[in-house]
Amino acid sequence: MTNLPTSTAAVAPKIAFRGVSCVFDLKGAAFRAVADVDLEVGDGEIVTLVGPSGCGKSTLMNMVAGLLEPSAGTVSVDGRPVRGPGPERGVIFQQYALFPWLTVRENVAFGLEIAGVPRAERERTVARCLDLVGLGAFADALPKALSGGMKQRCAIARAYAVDPKVLLMDEPFGALDALTRVHMQEQLLQTWSRDRRTILFITHDVDEAVYLAHRVVVMAARPGRIHRIVPVDLPHPRTAASRLSPEFQRLRNEVWTAVYHQPETADRPPPG
Amino acid sequence: MTTNSARNTPSDTPPTASTQAERERLRQRSVRRQLLALNLLSALIGLALWGLASHLKLAGLPGPQEVGAKALELMANGQLFKDAAASLQRVLLGFAIGTLLAIPVGFLMGWYTVARGLLEPYVQFFRTIPPLAMIPLAIVFLGIGEVPKVFVITLAAFLVSVISTYQGVVSVDRVLINAARVLGARDAAVFRRVVIPASTPFILVGMRTGLGAAWSTLVAAELIAAQEGLGHRMQQAQVYYDLATIFVALVTIGLMGLLMDRLLLWLDSRLTTWQERR
Repeated sequence: MTNLPTSTAAVAPKIAFRGVSCVFDLKGAAFRAVADVDLEVGDGEIVTLVGPSGCGKSTLMNMVAGLLEPSAGTVSVDGRPVRGPGPERGVIFQQYALFPWLTVRENVAFGLEIAGVPRAERERTVARCLDLVGLGAFADALPKALSGGMKQRCAIARAYAVDPKVLLMDEPFGALDALTRVHMQEQLLQTWSRDRRTILFITHDVDEAVYLAHRVVVMAARPGRIHRIVPVDLPHPRTAASRLSPEFQRLRNEVWTAVYHQPETADRPPPG
Repeated sequence: MTTNSARNTPSDTPPTASTQAERERLRQRSVRRQLLALNLLSALIGLALWGLASHLKLAGLPGPQEVGAKALELMANGQLFKDAAASLQRVLLGFAIGTLLAIPVGFLMGWYTVARGLLEPYVQFFRTIPPLAMIPLAIVFLGIGEVPKVFVITLAAFLVSVISTYQGVVSVDRVLINAARVLGARDAAVFRRVVIPASTPFILVGMRTGLGAAWSTLVAAELIAAQEGLGHRMQQAQVYYDLATIFVALVTIGLMGLLMDRLLLWLDSRLTTWQERR
């Protein structure tokens, strides 16, 4: 019994990469950050991306966010090709990216103000999002007064405030200590079990990738491409017990092997 | 550096954080007191050395008493105030015009590649010319009234501030701009809500160095046939070997410059409390 969304063939995917390549000019040489990626993420699905540095994880995410354009292929959300950034695709950055001159409350209100949400509604939404991440008591603090975990919770509240259809998380817990990290993972899943928001989540941490995901996408570098996709059949809600289950260990080993025992170079000819 | 602000009062944070903040504040206050005491001590030692030097008749130096008496005399007959007001007016006017021009130009250069390409050669070129070297040209084109003096001071303040503002805009963290964009902000909102606040610390540094440049250009600017002003007074005093008056003018310039710098520093601490200072 799993809560895995049904096959993407039947339902239109939330996020779709079709034949996506992204080439950068690196000192005159073409660097293929992403080569010929096809991937679909279903509505309400959590997909984690793992892989060595330079495998194009962040490039894929930035293309969904609209911060980067693919050199070839299309990236679409809800069937519409992505054109530029927009509030329906929330992004959580590893470096928190809080506006240091705004208080926690003002940071969370930022997207709502841009959208022209009236004051009263804005205040209600901000209060609700701050409660969700447990930062209500720190609403008037400046980011510099917060710990790393609190900063990231503020960033998550800020992303939730504009009610995005998909959440793009780029190693959001990478800078946190191990305990805080586990706590944040559990909170993320709790929130997900209530709102079933589609999440694309980048991480370096194999345990994190397995614990959070419905599917783990393992990527390979030079050029950045999908190496393996590992479905995670662990039931939801996941708890500390899930982490200790033999099934978790098996999946963890499988993903670990896929990440750390990759062919050195491209195992298929470049596209085109 | 003061870190307490209206936005960050202890009542808004849980008790543990607040006692910690309180302890930190107390520690900082004691450090500030210690520094202030040392500053005072240093000033007194300087004064004593000066008195000693004049007592020993080194280089015909006037002593603190003599300079003090001269200062009182110049204050009593109103001369000092007239000179100080004239100089202050030039500095403030030049500084204000220079900075007000520098901020938009710096923003343009930082934000638009075209503006940067067109303006940067001029800014970089004129930066290498000391503003004082423009004085002969300023006299030829602008005469000997207030205009050339204010012009030279304006130029000095502008060139310093414009570079600083430009640096501020180009060094705005890319991640913050992206964060604003993914929250729905378009260019105008990104500029107003991210670029301007993020570059405020740079602008304030530019204003402080610009103010320094304005004061340092003042005396030379007042060599241009001024009727009054601290620079002019020193010129006059030099002719009559009136060292006391020169000292009074110098100290006045120093004190006014210091006061204005402190004012900007205070403004800086108010506007940029959000910065993480190490």
